[in-house]
Amino acid sequence: MSGHEHPSLKYMRKEVLPTAFCPGCFNGIVMNALFQAFEELEILDLKKYVFVSGIGCSSWIPSPYIKADSLHTLHGRAIPVATGVKLANPDLEVIVIGGDGDLASIGGNHLLHAARRNMDLVVIMINNLVYGMTRGQAAPTTPKGMITPTTPYGNPEEPMDVARLLASTNANYVAKWCISQYMFLKNSFKKVLGEIKRGFRFIEVYAPCTTFVIRRENKTPGQKLKELMNTCIGLEKLEKMPREERTKYIPTGVFKENDKPGFIDNYRQYVSISKR
Amino acid sequence: MCMKRMLISGNEAVAYGAIDAGCRFYAGYPITPSSEIMHMMAKLLPEHGGVFIQAEDELAAINMLIGASWAGLKAMTATSGPGFSLMQEGIGYAVMTETPLVVVDVMRAGPATGQATKAAQGDLMQARWGRHGDQYLVVLAPESPQEAYDLIIEAFNISESLRTPVVFLSDEFIGHGREVVFRKDPEEIQLVERRRPSDHEPLFGSDDPRIPPPMPRLGDGYYVLVTGSTHNEYGYRDVHSFETHYRLVKRLKEKIWGNIDKIFKYEVVGDPEGAEKAVVCFGSTCRSAKEAIEGMDDVVLIRLITLWPLNYDLLRKLLSNVSLILVPELSLGQLIYDVQQVVDSDVKVIGVNKVGGGVPIYPSEIKEALKG
Repeated sequence: MSGHEHPSLKYMRKEVLPTAFCPGCFNGIVMNALFQAFEELEILDLKKYVFVSGIGCSSWIPSPYIKADSLHTLHGRAIPVATGVKLANPDLEVIVIGGDGDLASIGGNHLLHAARRNMDLVVIMINNLVYGMTRGQAAPTTPKGMITPTTPYGNPEEPMDVARLLASTNANYVAKWCISQYMFLKNSFKKVLGEIKRGFRFIEVYAPCTTFVIRRENKTPGQKLKELMNTCIGLEKLEKMPREERTKYIPTGVFKENDKPGFIDNYRQYVSISKR
Repeated sequence: MCMKRMLISGNEAVAYGAIDAGCRFYAGYPITPSSEIMHMMAKLLPEHGGVFIQAEDELAAINMLIGASWAGLKAMTATSGPGFSLMQEGIGYAVMTETPLVVVDVMRAGPATGQATKAAQGDLMQARWGRHGDQYLVVLAPESPQEAYDLIIEAFNISESLRTPVVFLSDEFIGHGREVVFRKDPEEIQLVERRRPSDHEPLFGSDDPRIPPPMPRLGDGYYVLVTGSTHNEYGYRDVHSFETHYRLVKRLKEKIWGNIDKIFKYEVVGDPEGAEKAVVCFGSTCRSAKEAIEGMDDVVLIRLITLWPLNYDLLRKLLSNVSLILVPELSLGQLIYDVQQVVDSDVKVIGVNKVGGGVPIYPSEIKEALKG
């Protein structure tokens, strides 16, 4: 049977399946894209990979579903824990998976400073637009006007554009993809796992919460995917549009790409000064 | 014996002690009056093959320690009141996940920003109870720079042997006070290292709660699941079962209290059998108290080096013959509650309390209070 097994299963703890995710949740697509990237890079065992997550639905992807070392940390603190792991043993590849609330709200300061340091981490932020685990309250990424339990009259706040914000830092790689852009997403994972192997690498996945965003719009996940195929467009295409048109679309693409020395390289150089 | 003799502050002594204890990771955020520990670690760690990072805040610092500890390094941070408050959630996570690390709190006068440069002892209850939920850890307090050096090594040893965070309560007087400190040679120091798993034994459970489970390093191939949520002995999250949660928190409590004979340290000056009066103290305050009772045959001084877990039975026994007990503290009184708990109601328990302004409790004040 193992020859016919789904290729993703070798990266998973099979004994804990099925997952706890809602039917139609986009987390599964992100997992498959990540596992396919590993497979195509011929990384078949994740012994030297450490996954760190915080609190929220997407933080459950590595803990317990991925068969690797994983630290399921406090809400918002995945990045500092991951930083500690990486600094203590730079031979480990450290990947953070978390949601927009976890990484950009309660953990926003850590995200900013890890990017500033160009800390050698891969950070995958699944932006589902709300706090899904706690029943869909407004997050810093919730669109203005959206009705949620904490914004019953329509969200009065403007959302933050996390990818654009991080593109202004020293981070080596910043990309944002919609869940409908599977191949781009998978190739982005391959890029940060196989090609740019140092510095801060951030990938945002725009994937509205099935239960607390899509269902509130009286849509099915499939209908939402089709809609996203039209509303998520590339950065170059967006820039050619008239300014007033742009707000209707979700900009996706690679915001920044570099292969500069990360924190670890810089720290090694710093240590060599101390020994002189 | 070829100890190295140094004239240094308590803060510097903590840093040298940590290095000699094998600490190879420090993350912290500057805060008075603890910053000299950070300065020293920034200088010493790169020379000793360790890692130093200045975190963006204390929340990051404590969580970086957790990551580094799981990756296999002995880790420490140092802070003071406000920073210690910010670290509480992370310390609770370290208790729940059984992550060894050492947190130094160089106490200053609070609450809030309080008096950043003035000594206090008001974080005793916070050190014990600052986290939510049923959680237990170890709290140690030195009285001098020399003891800061020796005891921080012990703090790492306890932390490693019990897979627990240890809080090290220093204060501004010790931290900034300069005295002669003897630094030991490596061969004179007994170090304890966390136990590594020999086989695929449970990493989060043990039959005897006094024996902590083994701890692998990340990357060793154990596919370890670390979570701050309620988990079974293999690390799998189980947040709905009464049995799993009860078994876990009960074991974590017994891990600390069941090892009290190994952890509990104290000093007695005088004769507890013959004394009519007692002084119970911890930290720098004991220096004044010791001077105050010099030549007094009817007074016994009990200095608590381990503040948590507290050996109440032993304290009761030591205080069974006295009729007056002084509890001097650089706070409005916290240790006094422990003393009141272990003596009969007819024993007079008097607090000598002073806090703020950078003023110690003077020996003369203790002498005066001992008159009853």
